[in-house]
Amino acid sequence: MDESRRNFLKITGTGVFGALWGIPVLRAVGKAFESSPKALKAKRWAMALDMKRLGRDDVRAAAAKACNSAHNIPDLGIAEEEVKWIWTEEYEAAFPTQVDKFTPEQMRKQPVLVLCNHCDRPPCVRVCPTKATFKREEDGIVMMDMHRCIGCRYCMAACPYGSRSFNWRDPKPFVRQGIRTDYPTRTKGVVEKCTLCAERLARGENPACVDAANKVGGAGTIVFGDIADPNSEISRVLRSRQTVRRKPSLGTSPQVYYLL
Amino acid sequence: MLEYALKGSKRYWTLIGILAVLACAGVITFLYQLKVGLGITGMSRDVSWGFYISQFTFLVGIAASAVMVVLPYYLHNYKAFGRMTILGEFLAIPAVTMCILFIFVDMGQPMRIVNVFLHPTPNSPMFWDTIVLMGYLFLNVVISMVTFGAERKGVAPPRWIKPIIILSIPWAVSIHTVTAFLYAGLEARPFWMTAILAPRFLASAFASGPSLLIILALIVRKFSKFDPGKEAIGKLAQIVTYAMAINVFFVLVEVFTGVYSDMPEHYHSFQYLFLGLGGKSMLTPWAWVSVVLSFGTLFFLLFPKIRRNESALAVLCAGVIAALWIEKGLTMVITGFIPNPMDRVTEYWPTLPEGIISLGIYAIGFLVLAALYKIAISIREQLEAR
Repeated sequence: MDESRRNFLKITGTGVFGALWGIPVLRAVGKAFESSPKALKAKRWAMALDMKRLGRDDVRAAAAKACNSAHNIPDLGIAEEEVKWIWTEEYEAAFPTQVDKFTPEQMRKQPVLVLCNHCDRPPCVRVCPTKATFKREEDGIVMMDMHRCIGCRYCMAACPYGSRSFNWRDPKPFVRQGIRTDYPTRTKGVVEKCTLCAERLARGENPACVDAANKVGGAGTIVFGDIADPNSEISRVLRSRQTVRRKPSLGTSPQVYYLL
Repeated sequence: MLEYALKGSKRYWTLIGILAVLACAGVITFLYQLKVGLGITGMSRDVSWGFYISQFTFLVGIAASAVMVVLPYYLHNYKAFGRMTILGEFLAIPAVTMCILFIFVDMGQPMRIVNVFLHPTPNSPMFWDTIVLMGYLFLNVVISMVTFGAERKGVAPPRWIKPIIILSIPWAVSIHTVTAFLYAGLEARPFWMTAILAPRFLASAFASGPSLLIILALIVRKFSKFDPGKEAIGKLAQIVTYAMAINVFFVLVEVFTGVYSDMPEHYHSFQYLFLGLGGKSMLTPWAWVSVVLSFGTLFFLLFPKIRRNESALAVLCAGVIAALWIEKGLTMVITGFIPNPMDRVTEYWPTLPEGIISLGIYAIGFLVLAALYKIAISIREQLEAR
């Protein structure tokens, strides 16, 4: 009897002590995961790309380069296996339903910067069997957990924009710009894509492509902001100018807008 | 029961030996794929599913077709299938095994496959496909072992197995329906986005599966004293004929919608498949071979006299399998990716390592099939000798 009471006290005591000690530890750990006070926040991030200014090769190149070096994007040199987060397509490829036989050649070949559309109703998220790709409820970013992904590539079949890339082999030897340590490299066999620079937003910085494009092409080349806020710059731009989105009839509701 | 698979003639062991060598070649090549990545296959960012997923799709049909013998026998008490049922169930087991293996080798990170269960996602058809396939494998193993075990002892199977057998009937339909839903719900792929896909999958499954079963039954009768029965084979031939007719009808329905509506996104895939697009037409000859074989075999199957001639029937069944293998095991999946979302054509053809891995999986499947059929035959021969 005594024995068991002593055990009871021992166990409860340890438990209570542990719990009291645990609270500050949990708080500290929790804080480490809290975003910094500088973090950029929005209810719904969106992007507006000025097609005319992004017609300039140097502007698009700067945007793509900033992204590639920020995210350890490999350059495999094999078109079929390329990993692409942000890249250039011809107008007729980016908007295949918008061209007809009278569309002037110059318009058809007009270079367009494309990336993940961070759809409001993302088909990739709908089909993923492990929630490795998911829509962040707080700001609408379609995220990608490259450590959970099993590499089934269902999301690639589901994406109507070709915005997802699979690592057909180990990408590390092909990160030609040199591997940076503040962003994870990927392993072979997982899918990846643009995450709207979630890691930079958490540090209080704009997405890499936005800063680079606006630096070379002038302010407003890519307008980035919160469309849930009617007074944001992007909301004003979208209200005042004609825009198009890629394949709007599919109902995915892309949040990357193209300013005509 | 398993001990019967370990005793056999020289011919049996030669067959097992050949299959084992092929299986080993497949396993070794798979290790190479694990090391290098799926880059050793012909797949690309544009055609991101290929031969593996196609084989999976075809074999789900073979697995589901066991219901074509189970249903008449257990629901309608159709006695002639009494000796055929076990062959049907013993075909379903290796077929599902191959399905699971083909999915496994297609994963970029196969070691993470448990994530499907750790993070269950009911809105993904792939999650459901995993569940129904595993369930179907389980059902078939339990049902065949219990019913055949009882038969061997000369007693009636336990009563509790009956509801499980009844459950296996809609379950068989579900595995192919869910597999069709993998494809049919994607706005990005108009070629697959058709309500007829699941019915079409079932129709072609009920033609190709029983065709394979007829050929297997004829082989079993030739090389053993176990005769699955002339009437059973004749009835299966009838099932193949109906299913093939329905399949051809469904395909034509689909071609009509795709071509007559003339919507570019729908039409382009058909154009690529049957005519070639942008000067590229790698699959076109295959598509036409499949069309000719489908119509040809269906035409001859329609005559009961030809069907009753078992050598002619064997040839026609091989033709049906070839036609439907091309349709589901080659063109159906790949064409869905062509043209790509940018309306460009990137073609696909499997590479040699991809082929060896696939052959290895088929060898494993047939290894399981040979062992199971050996058990069935040995026990049957004993029962018949009594």
